[in-house]
Amino acid sequence: MTGHVTGFRFGLALAVSLLALGTAQAQAPKQGGTVHVVVQPEPPMLMQGLNQNGPTNMVAGNIYESLLRYDEKLQPVPSLAKSWEISPDAKTYTFKLQEGVKWHDGKPFGADDVVFSLDKFLREVHPRWRPIANAQVEKIEKVDDLTVRITLKQPFGPLILSQEVAGAPMIPKHIYDGTDYRANPANNTPIGTGPFKLKEWKKGSYIHLVKNEDYWQKGKPNLAEVYWQIIPDAAARAVAYETGKVDVLTGGSVDVYDVQRLSKLPNTCVTTKGWEMFAPHAWLTPNIARGGPLANKQFRQAMMFAIDREFGKDVVWAGLGKIPTGPISSKTKFYSADVPKYTYDPAKAKELVKASGYKGEPLKILALPYGETWSRWAEAIKQNFADVGINVSIETTDVPGWTQKASNGDFDLTFNYLYQLGDPATGVARNYISTNIVKGNPFGNQGAYVNPEVDKLFADAAIAPTDAARQELYTKVQKILADEVPVLWQLEMDFPTIYRCNVKNLVSTAIGVNDGFKDAWKD
Amino acid sequence: MNLLTFLGSRLAKGVLTLLAIAVLNFFLIRAAPGDPAQVLAGEAGAADEVLLQQLRERFGLNEPLTTQLWIYIKGYLTFDLGFSYRQQQPVLSLILDRLPATLLLTGAAFLVSLIVGTAMGALAARRAGKWSDSVITTLALAFYATPLFWIALMSQIVFALKLGLVPNVGYETIGAHYGVLGRALDIGHHLILPALTLGLFFTALYARMMRASMLEIAGADFVKTARAKGVSPSKVWRRHVARNAILPVVTLAGLQAGQLVGGAVLTETVFAWPGIGRLMFDALVQRDYSVLLGVFFISSAMVVGFNIITDLVYRIADPRIEASA
Repeated sequence: MTGHVTGFRFGLALAVSLLALGTAQAQAPKQGGTVHVVVQPEPPMLMQGLNQNGPTNMVAGNIYESLLRYDEKLQPVPSLAKSWEISPDAKTYTFKLQEGVKWHDGKPFGADDVVFSLDKFLREVHPRWRPIANAQVEKIEKVDDLTVRITLKQPFGPLILSQEVAGAPMIPKHIYDGTDYRANPANNTPIGTGPFKLKEWKKGSYIHLVKNEDYWQKGKPNLAEVYWQIIPDAAARAVAYETGKVDVLTGGSVDVYDVQRLSKLPNTCVTTKGWEMFAPHAWLTPNIARGGPLANKQFRQAMMFAIDREFGKDVVWAGLGKIPTGPISSKTKFYSADVPKYTYDPAKAKELVKASGYKGEPLKILALPYGETWSRWAEAIKQNFADVGINVSIETTDVPGWTQKASNGDFDLTFNYLYQLGDPATGVARNYISTNIVKGNPFGNQGAYVNPEVDKLFADAAIAPTDAARQELYTKVQKILADEVPVLWQLEMDFPTIYRCNVKNLVSTAIGVNDGFKDAWKD
Repeated sequence: MNLLTFLGSRLAKGVLTLLAIAVLNFFLIRAAPGDPAQVLAGEAGAADEVLLQQLRERFGLNEPLTTQLWIYIKGYLTFDLGFSYRQQQPVLSLILDRLPATLLLTGAAFLVSLIVGTAMGALAARRAGKWSDSVITTLALAFYATPLFWIALMSQIVFALKLGLVPNVGYETIGAHYGVLGRALDIGHHLILPALTLGLFFTALYARMMRASMLEIAGADFVKTARAKGVSPSKVWRRHVARNAILPVVTLAGLQAGQLVGGAVLTETVFAWPGIGRLMFDALVQRDYSVLLGVFFISSAMVVGFNIITDLVYRIADPRIEASA
């Protein structure tokens, strides 16, 4: 998760970003130049194999690389893998690597590093790659110095989307093999293959990256250096942009109302692109395990009808985002709009509340402590609930407190927002399947929703051989979930990136700024 | 009681106090919900039981609480403040790294507020009831009552954004390659807003304290006596009134000095000043126990230390005071 979130008028953002794209393509990139970017909060470390926090990914995406990158339609494009082939039975993936790639310390990069990263390092420490490696992968082997083959136990479509830089960064074997990974002193001096190298990290002030002169792709990167400035206060970040101290405000780094104001400044471009892979989906999780009204489907449907989601989007989030129809974001693969819909209807909500047998039992909304906007959202929803006779109060806490409560099922209703990671098998199923009712982290099925049919549909869809077969199963499961409302979907969130228009080609892939400043240049 | 006995006994008590504070801190932060492993995993957007287990082991959180307490106290007794696994650095080096920035900020604010505040207070007392007194007391009241973060943001908007006089955030110009003198000037330029913002509140306190204290003394019998025997008015104010009125200000200065290390969290946050206050605040929201305990310890050591120094200064300011343990 990132810090708190901002909003912006979508139409304007789209127009502005299309304009920026048009000029970027017309001009040849200039070499050199420095870009100042904000990052908040300060990353705990930059070793991306061991840490995938939002800010870590933003900075480390310049230092590390993975086999693939993804365009905004989530189609794979070459990165460290020059090309790849998927066997007709969809079980063997063969990756051909780029030639002449060197680690930042000058050692050559090759198939041994890929096998080490995927089969040993990430399998041991990476919370997203580990389940894929253990459940789906039969073997990962080196064919020759520049070829790697991954053999699956069964077809697993999401594999092709799993090689994004935060999901599977390549780790240097010569530095990490045979060491205690988390204690390796090299964690403070990250060595990747990426377009920029870490020059200096002045804790509390800035992270300084400089161009990797030996980068494998000739002529890249264009920029000479990137400074990531650590400015803890959102309002001060906005002023820092206005006074010219920083050139780029990454998604979510200023308050909603400041987004609108800043976007009107001269030489300022705004884009909501670069989040297609993440497709942050926000919802309220009712704790079904607590029983009572929250375990009653009619009551949950009543809450859906009671909430004025358009108001939340337009007023609380300043118009930024889109109202979701169900568990899968419209930006994610296998989305289906063929589901029961919930438009704001207090009268119907009242009927359903009555029919559910609700007696006014007090409920609490655990607010997400990610800034003012989330608090206001909780207040708006509380008002909506009060209008139809649902008795709720708001419970506040700090981030560690929220993490603990949400992780351990210690709530009635809580906000949450999660990345969908491009494919429902990796980013959506985890919140609805009964095998993922876990304590210890807030990213599972925290409301303890159980439906064996849903479990089976998600399980089958993950390994169905063709996209058409997968679509059919996902369409079915979306219909069931939208009817049963295991969580109250609120918003497909947009996190606009605000930047000076003379910084070109800043966002060009599905993970945006997180993919590094490889293609960016300054006019 | 002579000076050495006084110091010896105060120091011994100070060490015991610090030890008690250290143990108390340990339990205090454990009472807060969440732990560093859970926070770190929670920020990643994906986590599983294996990751949490790995992190807890790495952080030493899987040991029984009493063992953790023992390791912590044992470390402190040998001047080892521990290791931050989140930041992958020894706590002492993290703190020392931030100490210069914080001392520069709080020290500048301390000096400015002490000098300006005391002078303003003295002036106001001298002109009690006149318009200059009204101006000073009104200003002092405004400074005293305005929230720090509001002043901080407004000063950024007015002086950095609208007037362009000073940078709004940061410790120095990032990416500039200045020489030694150029860098010092650059840091000084960045220091102006945060130091003034931080200093305003204490300036107001000193001014109000000094004014009230001087007016009280001005009515005392010995001042009347001094006047009666023909001492010149300015000498009366300087030698008899001001000197006697300074004692409460010294007490307040001692309190402020004790906060030199940990007392600028808000200012450092709003001005992105890379100091200890921010280190502490970040450690708090990340439940980075070892860093938090380290900063707490240094801060409490400062308070204990400055209390002793304040008592010594009393003896200098007013020789009648027999410093007592």
